[in-house]
Amino acid sequence: MLLRWCKNAWPYRELFFFLAWRDVKIRYRQTVLGASWAVLQPLVTMLVFTVLFGRMAKVPSDGIPYPLFSYSALLLWTYFSVALSGGSGALVGNAELIRKVYFPREALPAAPILAALVDLSVGMILLFGMMVYYHVPFTWHLLFLPLLVVELVVFAIAVSLVLASINVKYRDVKHALPFVIQLWMFLSPVIYPTTMVPERYRFLLALNPLTGIIETWRACIFSGRIMNWSLLEISIGVTALFLFLGASYFKSTERKFADII
Amino acid sequence: MPKALVVDHVTKEYKLGALAHETMLREALVNLVRYPFRRRPRREEETINALKDVSFTVETGGVVGIIGRNGAGKSTLLKILSRITYPTSGTIQLEGRVASLLEVGTGFHEELTGRENVYLNGSVLGMKKREIDVLLDEIIDFAGIHRFIDTPIKRYSSGMRLRLGFAVAAHLQTDILLVDEVLAVGDFEFQKKCLSKIENLHRGGRTVLFVSHNTAAVEHLCPRTLWIDQGQVRQDGATADVIRDYLAHFSASLRTDPNLVDLQEREGTGEVRFTGIEFLDVAGQPMHIIRSGDELTIRLHYNATRNLENARFGIDLHTDWGTHVASICTPVSGWQIPYLSAGEGYVEVALEGLNLTPGRYWISLWTTGPNHFSSAKNGWDVLPRCKALDIEPSDFFNSGKGVDRGYGFVLLPCKWNLHDACEPADAVPDAQGTGKRARQ
Repeated sequence: MLLRWCKNAWPYRELFFFLAWRDVKIRYRQTVLGASWAVLQPLVTMLVFTVLFGRMAKVPSDGIPYPLFSYSALLLWTYFSVALSGGSGALVGNAELIRKVYFPREALPAAPILAALVDLSVGMILLFGMMVYYHVPFTWHLLFLPLLVVELVVFAIAVSLVLASINVKYRDVKHALPFVIQLWMFLSPVIYPTTMVPERYRFLLALNPLTGIIETWRACIFSGRIMNWSLLEISIGVTALFLFLGASYFKSTERKFADII
Repeated sequence: MPKALVVDHVTKEYKLGALAHETMLREALVNLVRYPFRRRPRREEETINALKDVSFTVETGGVVGIIGRNGAGKSTLLKILSRITYPTSGTIQLEGRVASLLEVGTGFHEELTGRENVYLNGSVLGMKKREIDVLLDEIIDFAGIHRFIDTPIKRYSSGMRLRLGFAVAAHLQTDILLVDEVLAVGDFEFQKKCLSKIENLHRGGRTVLFVSHNTAAVEHLCPRTLWIDQGQVRQDGATADVIRDYLAHFSASLRTDPNLVDLQEREGTGEVRFTGIEFLDVAGQPMHIIRSGDELTIRLHYNATRNLENARFGIDLHTDWGTHVASICTPVSGWQIPYLSAGEGYVEVALEGLNLTPGRYWISLWTTGPNHFSSAKNGWDVLPRCKALDIEPSDFFNSGKGVDRGYGFVLLPCKWNLHDACEPADAVPDAQGTGKRARQ
């Protein structure tokens, strides 16, 4: 099945790039602040969280300065939520294309997810700036960050494939999604460390692939942290499972897109 | 000959109404709770067959026209061939790369410039960046929008958009090209460009499927034509035969009662009333298809209430848009009718060579007495736009080129001659037309 898909999609490989490129172009055309929006969103959220959770609620951050602790995770989280809302709306948003031209439909949800990587990269610059400010040493562990981003992209695509194809038939998705994304953030260790969660519930938390990604991400940035390999393993396993299920579901519904969209 | 395209017993079913009930996730969940173990009761679902058991093959390099009324299933067929949608049953086989011009310019984005859209549109249609790089100048040239290529497309006119869209699609390197009604839009110059481009593609050995309402264009481009009617292939054969039968069928169903008696929209004093109108050929037989260049006799039936003197009859022709194309009337033709007896009769006018371009014309009729005809109320009977005259395209100039409204309303029979420096006289004429088509 995979082989056949590759054979079919290979001639269109550049389309994935072009659609992503389109999304990037459009996002920043006719905007005053341009790419700084990419930084602004996690930055402002970080400031609010620092005051609310860091100062007032005194959420522990395992000794890492709270702004850096939350910003590093918010960067990933912002990427994930932008990617998810973009990806899940991509089929309905490009109904015209689906009705008129043939091409591998996967390209549509994948495009905004790839496009959002530009924002993530811009946000990374600020992250490195903050690391300098807080005297966090740069280590070779940072080289693993791109690999974690790859897993995050794959997971975002897997979830978007399902949501996007459900959205074709049931437009409720667009109402439910913002709410789900909000809840999901609190179920991921963005504003708190996993160590804060009682031992017996940690397994449940680990089933969320973002837990493994975020914790490993932090462990790579702050070299003093203990690397929790089992978290990462579960995370990768669940991501792979999601990708399989997502792709299968997408493939099974794909044939009807043009008729019902 | 190798087959480029095999359509084998393809049927496409659409469910009516099924979607209206099920587009909310909430309802689907409610149904799941209500009927967790069995499938929910089947709703009476109305289905329509957009295509019914359609089979045909096209050889590599073949050019096939597809004609049919709106809703006959032409577009569904092209959609299936271009893999946008899938048949309910049956199979299709395609040899090589397929591109469709179902709707040119799809995937254009308002905010992007013309150049950016060329790349985007090209890649949506399956082109590589490398290919587009090479063809970019040619594409811009074809579309004729050099000056605006770096302007966002939202500032483009619809014509510019269309030209750019077609330019991209026309430069696709494909083996099979599906063309749907591209000629319905765009100005005339551009339509000509499109047609010659399609012709070139065909000469380059490409297989082309050409859907159009423009029967002259189909006649010109395609040696073979399929007539799709109510989801089925009604006729498949030589274009001339198929188009003849298609038009005949059409006119039979369109031209209804030529009765003018009950027409309410009329003015005049009523001494004479028009009762009917007929279109006849030279042999006096009713004409069902009237094509450019045909000889046509229009017979007007009337009923006079009393004996009248100095009767005058006239016919006006207008286009759909109200442009006055021609008037013919007895006084101007120099024909006097000194005396018109009471009772029924008819008056005929023979037109030698109806040299009008194809399309619909509206016939208005009037008849009046000797008093100068100053307003409709003074006439005996005045019927504005009482009958449509549909003129079908023909090879008027015997040149193989269909002529349409883009050439204006009137066809002038002509003969060309060239006298240049080397060859003083009698060069081969490019086109000659007598304006009278031989009747088949």
